[in-house]
Amino acid sequence: MIQLFKLALRNLGRNRRRSFFSALALGIGLALLMLMAAFVEGEMGSAIDLAIRLQSGHLQVRAASYDETKGSLKWQDLIENPEQLAAQVAALPQVRVATPRLFASGFVAVRDSSTGVRVWGIDPASPANEPYRQGLLSGEFLKADDRQGILIGLSLADRLKLKPGDTLTLSINTSSGDIVEQPFTVRGIFTTGTASFDRVTVLLPLSKAQTMAQAENHASTIFILLSDKSQADAVAQAIQTPNYKVLTWLEMNELIMQTEEMASGYMVFLYLIVLVITATVTMNALIMAVFERTREIGILAAIGMKGRRIMAMFLAESTLLATGGIILGILLGLLIVGYFTRYGFYIGEFGINTFYIANRIYTKLTVEDTLNLVALSFIITLLAGVYPALMAARMEPVEALRGGE
Amino acid sequence: MEVAKVENATRVYKTGKVETHALRGVSLTIENGEFTALVGPSGSGKTTLLQLIGCLDQPTSGRVFIKGKEVSKLNRNQRADLRRRELGFIFQFFALIPTLSAYENVEMPLLLAGQSAAERRQRVMELLKAVDLTERAHHRPDQLSGGEQQRVAIARALATNPTIILADEPTANLDTANGKQVMDIMTRLNQETGVTFIFATHDPRVIQYARRVITLRDGMVAENGAQQPHTGD
Repeated sequence: MIQLFKLALRNLGRNRRRSFFSALALGIGLALLMLMAAFVEGEMGSAIDLAIRLQSGHLQVRAASYDETKGSLKWQDLIENPEQLAAQVAALPQVRVATPRLFASGFVAVRDSSTGVRVWGIDPASPANEPYRQGLLSGEFLKADDRQGILIGLSLADRLKLKPGDTLTLSINTSSGDIVEQPFTVRGIFTTGTASFDRVTVLLPLSKAQTMAQAENHASTIFILLSDKSQADAVAQAIQTPNYKVLTWLEMNELIMQTEEMASGYMVFLYLIVLVITATVTMNALIMAVFERTREIGILAAIGMKGRRIMAMFLAESTLLATGGIILGILLGLLIVGYFTRYGFYIGEFGINTFYIANRIYTKLTVEDTLNLVALSFIITLLAGVYPALMAARMEPVEALRGGE
Repeated sequence: MEVAKVENATRVYKTGKVETHALRGVSLTIENGEFTALVGPSGSGKTTLLQLIGCLDQPTSGRVFIKGKEVSKLNRNQRADLRRRELGFIFQFFALIPTLSAYENVEMPLLLAGQSAAERRQRVMELLKAVDLTERAHHRPDQLSGGEQQRVAIARALATNPTIILADEPTANLDTANGKQVMDIMTRLNQETGVTFIFATHDPRVIQYARRVITLRDGMVAENGAQQPHTGD
């Protein structure tokens, strides 16, 4: 066995440049796949994280009749005394934070331009607002008793050319179906790093939103964050009541989960395509080696080397090429992925309302993805070596001897 | 004792629609310890006959026996085993593996035979000494002269103590001095070890070493000489 690999190594050394470039092709392929896997993992992981942080939380309690797509403000579709319910939920040990929120639709007008927005009434003091508080770029955060102030996202501010202290007119739907409008002062501008969120969301103190929407003492949802998201089902069970429904982050983010599943399936195809291309390079190099060494194969056969040993000799060469390529690939891959894990990929303002994608995606390479890719590249490269090895093993000694003359 | 027997062997090569009759019914017997030359002009079938005896090729019709065993009844692996055990080869081109040193080239058949490292080392050094190449053991073929390469090939052919060594024009690519040295070594080894040598040649200087000469012409045996005793030189 050792002799076999020693011989294989020397054979690869005969044409160092060819061997190096064959291994490099595999290395580049593997590095590319590592980057892709890390990108998708980073994107999907961040899409779920963002959806949880910005929109769904880990759990939401809503009135049984509340339909998210309609955003009803009718009292029977809302939660009454939401503070009380939120306090009860917050008392559970697994719950990190529970806060009422009221959702309404409306539009913002400044001078002669206007745009549709989602109006969120939030409890300014709640830690659940961390993403907006941390993302405050200018101005200040809302206070609970602020009756004139509004927070707007960066993209909206850019679009309407607003800065803190400026005035805008907000019109929103009320529970009676009317539309009311009122001037507000921009208190601050925030960014969540997710343009599709920042473009359409404006924040008001809950009590002000309730008053304006004529939904006093009501909220659309209790937004809940847990210490551990795997506890979602257990907590949902614990707070189940007949009048309300409890939705988990998995149910609320079905689209993202399905997309992730689809992406994983799609990625396997992509992996195979890239690896088959790199394997072709290896196969080509080995076929050339078989042709160049036809006479030697004849000599080895003449001195009694059996076909399967000749095959093993060429398979040892593809094993070494695969190993070299994989080492190159891992080094190259870690270097590239490391860079993008640190600095991220700027992909611009992407995403839709229900599927948030950050403007900058930070790659995330998992050990599992790395091992899977390494195993897959190794196997495919070895398989690519089978055909040339068989070709060598099946040569008739006399023809092989003649072939080299 | 009879070590090789060819019975009415023919060998026809087909290239497209053209058939070439390399051998047209050759019969001969080789006894143990012979030092036999196959002679004849180019295209007379010398190499083909050597390849049949060497189990590298199969006759189109007729039979070949090595130590009484009919070769055509063996499968590929059995033929490979038979070659490894009973046959050694010396080719006209210096058929060494270029990536291996002289030592490793000689060692290769022993590796294939599954001998231990210690056994191999002893045998390889013994053989390199026999062909006077101990000093050049760790040189690669491209660092050896043609004569030295052919001597390595002789050592390799002898490695597993085969019954027959087949040499196809072993001196054709050597100058006179090196050719003589190679033939002297082959003669000495034949006398010392009793291994049978069959060599194809059309060089009169080489033919004179032979103790039996079989002449081929147009794929047939034209003259089948008898074995002469050792001259004692």
